[in-house]
Amino acid sequence: MTAALTPRNVAVAAVIAFLILLPIYAHAIGNLFLLSLFTRIVILAMAAVSLNLIMGFGGMVSFGHAAYVGVGGYVVGILAYEGIPSGFVQWPLALIVSALLALGIGALCLRTRGVYFIMITLAFAQMIYYIAVALDRYGGDDGLTIYNRSQFAGLANLSNKTFFYYLCLGLLLGTVYLVWRIVNSRFGLVIQGARSNDRRMNAIGFPTFRYKLACFVIAGTICGLSGVLLANHTDFISPAMMHWTRSGDLIVMAVLGGMGSVFGPVLGAVALLVLEEALPQLIGVVAHLLTGKDVAAAREYWQLILGPMLLLIVLYARGGIDGLLASLRRG
Amino acid sequence: MLLFLEQFLNGLQLGLLLFLLAAGLTLVFGIMDLVNLAHGSLYMLGAYFAATFTALTGSFLGGVVLALLATLLAGMAVEVIAMRRLYGRDHLDHVLGTFGLILFFNELVRLIWGPAGMNLTLPPWLNTSVQILPGVTYSMYRLSIIIVALAVAALLYFVIMRTRVGMLVRAGASNREMTGALGINIKLLYTLVFGFGAALAGLAGLMQAAILTAQIGMGENILILAFVVIIIGGIGSIRGAFLASIFVGLFDTIGRAFLPDLLKVVLSPAAAATVAPALSSMLIYLAMAVVLVVRPAGLFPAATR
Repeated sequence: MTAALTPRNVAVAAVIAFLILLPIYAHAIGNLFLLSLFTRIVILAMAAVSLNLIMGFGGMVSFGHAAYVGVGGYVVGILAYEGIPSGFVQWPLALIVSALLALGIGALCLRTRGVYFIMITLAFAQMIYYIAVALDRYGGDDGLTIYNRSQFAGLANLSNKTFFYYLCLGLLLGTVYLVWRIVNSRFGLVIQGARSNDRRMNAIGFPTFRYKLACFVIAGTICGLSGVLLANHTDFISPAMMHWTRSGDLIVMAVLGGMGSVFGPVLGAVALLVLEEALPQLIGVVAHLLTGKDVAAAREYWQLILGPMLLLIVLYARGGIDGLLASLRRG
Repeated sequence: MLLFLEQFLNGLQLGLLLFLLAAGLTLVFGIMDLVNLAHGSLYMLGAYFAATFTALTGSFLGGVVLALLATLLAGMAVEVIAMRRLYGRDHLDHVLGTFGLILFFNELVRLIWGPAGMNLTLPPWLNTSVQILPGVTYSMYRLSIIIVALAVAALLYFVIMRTRVGMLVRAGASNREMTGALGINIKLLYTLVFGFGAALAGLAGLMQAAILTAQIGMGENILILAFVVIIIGGIGSIRGAFLASIFVGLFDTIGRAFLPDLLKVVLSPAAAATVAPALSSMLIYLAMAVVLVVRPAGLFPAATR
């Protein structure tokens, strides 16, 4: 156990400690936006961790993962709208629906591989997106406001922002642990073997299709849970939740953080979403220094920086943040 | 019957527009093995260039020609600066890198041209209707889109099948390493193919801009359609892309036009009114899913490597 104090482990521990202490800090400085931002980060990190289970370890690049987030959210929203606010109904149902959806989509998509797989998952996500757009009763394109968060018979109050944050964080850490256990189990080794050489795994007697499908369903279900949390966090659902660029964001988080590790996507989610908030500020400061005037308009163009940054990360920082941390030790 | 004819022509026009986009995409994919999500950005650039140059020169055709040249150059610049470094990488890297380029181009266009869309005004000689059959009129502009796109498709076929450059392109598609080993300047070929694909995308974009407007993100939805086309057609195959574009264009347009009425036969009017829009948006994705399940490598896969 001499390897316990690697830079990577220290960083992971530091991020977890930061996430645990954050609400205290946010309350201390009275900045509740920070708490709201990090609730969103924690929820999306959960989706990215689940995507990484199939993408990083299973080699299945799903470009439609936001669909499950949307479906989880829509189950909550629709039930709330129809007068069933009980979380005991909403949450299990959302998970069941996302699992069934992943089962159906996975069974069809896993017949293809490579780019075809990327595109067919995208196609299914688009279909679900258009179904949501067509749901006139539930707001169609405009979305639907959720007036009551999931009710747990007085056992838990999701409207308490701090409690909700810790609930999300707990579920995220639970997800990371679950994925870690999966990856290191016999099941996980079969999945990783199938990524390296599907044909050989089949030849030595593993029906890889079934293993991969099971993995796909697990990832979809976890993503559905993050959708449930997201709907409860924003009190709002709309088709925009599952726009294809949202699926792209999830891929970015996983790759940015590092696909080789279970915790990587959490780092990626924190980095990407903090960057989204910080870049506009940073541009504002730089523009102010350069011109001597307060150029508020310049802040809008932060994606001008983020886009090429993604390209540079792809080109020069393989393995993402996690890869950098791992190489610190070797270097 | 009249309605059907008009919808048929509209579908053909959408299909041909998709072909212009898909041709570049499938060539780049077939030859460089590159998934280029940013192809839609070049489509958008073509539209903005055309709107700008038409306003500057005061001539529609002049603006179009300048816009095509500008998109060609922009495409070649993108290839030299960014894409070249992505060859030989994992497809996931392509998706991510070009996703970054989309963000970049969207913001760049917003920075240069502002958040509001731009109109591309048609000259009077295009902005009329023509009589295509006794008693049947059709928009002159839409008809000219069909003619131009068909001409480009024919030219593309000629260039690829009958010229030396086309031969190199086909050779590059079937075996890159060997083509390079035979002394062909493969780098230059790649830059040319990419620029040419960009110009085709730009042409599609500027033709569409005159019907709708040039706006930020206009390339994204149609890019997904173009991907559907090349997946259905089989990646790397121009012939497959052509047939699949026509199929997708017709299927989508005619589905949208007639599905509501068809559904009313089976469902109650209220239910049909709810289901029809969703189902008609989904039709082509449904078609793609069916094709991939039945033939996982598309309908007309290019010769296996």
